[in-house]
Amino acid sequence: MTRTGSIPCAQPEPDRRLPTGRLLLAAWLCLMPALLAGCALPADSASAGAPSIALTIQNKGSDTLVNLALAWAEAYMPAHPEISISVTGGGTGTGIAALLNGTVDIANASRQIKAEEYTAAQAAGIFPVEFTVARDAIAVVVNRANPITQLTLQQISDIYTGKITNWRQVGGLDRPIVLLSRESNSGTYVYFLEQVIRLGKKSDLLFSPDTLLMPSSEGISAEVRQNPNAIGYDGLGYVTADQKMIALARDPHGPYVLPAIATVNDGSYPVSRPLYMYIAGEPAGTIRAYLDWVLGDGQELVSKLGFVPLETYRPLGSRRP
Amino acid sequence: MSKLATIRWREFAIESLVRVAGVSTIAFVALIFLFLLREGAPAFFRIPLDNLFGVRWYPTFDLYGALPLILGSALVTITAILIALPLGVATAVFVREAAPPWAREILKPMIEVLAGIPSVVLGFFGMTLVAPFIRSALGAPTGLTAFTGALILAYMALPTIISVAEDALDAVPKSYRDAGLAMGATQWQTIWRVVVPAARSGILTAVMLGMGRAIGETMAVMMVTGNAARMPLSLDSLFRPVRTMTATIAAEMGEVARGSTHYHVLFAIGIVLFVITFAINLSAASAIFQKRRRGGLR
Repeated sequence: MTRTGSIPCAQPEPDRRLPTGRLLLAAWLCLMPALLAGCALPADSASAGAPSIALTIQNKGSDTLVNLALAWAEAYMPAHPEISISVTGGGTGTGIAALLNGTVDIANASRQIKAEEYTAAQAAGIFPVEFTVARDAIAVVVNRANPITQLTLQQISDIYTGKITNWRQVGGLDRPIVLLSRESNSGTYVYFLEQVIRLGKKSDLLFSPDTLLMPSSEGISAEVRQNPNAIGYDGLGYVTADQKMIALARDPHGPYVLPAIATVNDGSYPVSRPLYMYIAGEPAGTIRAYLDWVLGDGQELVSKLGFVPLETYRPLGSRRP
Repeated sequence: MSKLATIRWREFAIESLVRVAGVSTIAFVALIFLFLLREGAPAFFRIPLDNLFGVRWYPTFDLYGALPLILGSALVTITAILIALPLGVATAVFVREAAPPWAREILKPMIEVLAGIPSVVLGFFGMTLVAPFIRSALGAPTGLTAFTGALILAYMALPTIISVAEDALDAVPKSYRDAGLAMGATQWQTIWRVVVPAARSGILTAVMLGMGRAIGETMAVMMVTGNAARMPLSLDSLFRPVRTMTATIAAEMGEVARGSTHYHVLFAIGIVLFVITFAINLSAASAIFQKRRRGGLR
């Protein structure tokens, strides 16, 4: 237990905001069946005399992934009543630290494990195994009447910080630019700020104060649909057909890439990242079966939550009975 | 044990129940205020005041400048009242003074219906119809502006203003009108120079109550004002997006970590909002009380 202090990444990652209220409720909803199962167990085994033990999978980490992980757990548990899965957030760093302490079975991560975390794990006799479970991509959208089809990340950064205020400055019509964003408590807001506005570097650039903060994805799509001046962004899974997606490039010469499941999966679309689950050692038994399901049938839930599903299903091997 | 004793006991029980019901209203207001104070006060200690009353609202990055929000609320509310006041008073004058009885019979229930439209419906109406119209008609970059919010709020404050102003006109003695007409004034002159001035404090109350209604409105405002926390100081601010206090609380409270600085700041904004609404309602109430002492709501 004293190892905890030596792990260099115990602080929660400054990644996405904690949706604590909803999180606690969700965690509670998840834990309730576990508690009930736990209570019901002695009576069951007494009557049946069978040595069936309720198996609990502890799943903790990234706040980006928490809603998806909850959806997975909620979909998996009814079909496997003997298994209960408890999902909590707290950030990628917290999840990995817990994995190294042995307090969780699966750590959710929105970034890869750091070298120092891996070293600490090895020192503790744990060899974390990485699984890409979904991808997160953000599409930049404009009105269909807007002639702009492509932008560089630098241009989008300048647009959102208020340096560029007219579409003419990026080769469009002589119209003012209306900036649309999700509310500041949305995980997408922070990710867009860090990866696009700040271009992944350390800086104190912020959204322009003129940015319209829309309370929902629907707010963004409604405004983009009817306002030719508007530019917005949202998770790829939330973009509707009546908006026009912009092809993005890392630099002015580079290829301009439209977001799609294929371009996100091969990494050519610049505003996307894989989401991971880490397991201590090669997964076996219940955890292996669960991961198998997540990477297979579970992928159907991914797009419903605004993420990008994996292109190909890579089975972990033969499922255990 | 006589019948009389039973009746007395009943009387006592009912009286106490009514008293508890009355006093509990005050107790609830007091408790709510205490709760607001407890949750909001830490904000004033945790954050330097120049941050709290700064001009940059980026709660994710610990910038809690509430000034754009306060000014945003003020801009939207005052504009709404400026739109609603002439319309509301004119409607009240028409209903009370000029309308034939059959028109009055139709108008009064219609005004009640107006009050019953859910704000989210008005917000949706504003977002899908009014905002595109404002953008195309006024050439603003976006239709989600302070003005759009003010229009919707004016619409929502109208029923309050109309019915209170109508009551005020109703309380003006008939002798005033008779005297005006007997002096040879036309009906318009009587209304404009005699009846409306006689009812002005009642009309002021109507405005105050309408304002209280407008400043606390959340849903419709959040849907149509664009929620950009910019300082509304330039001349064109009315036709640019703003972020109000209510919309900020509604949008951010759902996902904030309980006990965090951001959480306390949202409650602090709630305190500001409460104090403003309280002051507005108090001044409206005091106007009513003053008039009552002089006989009748006018």
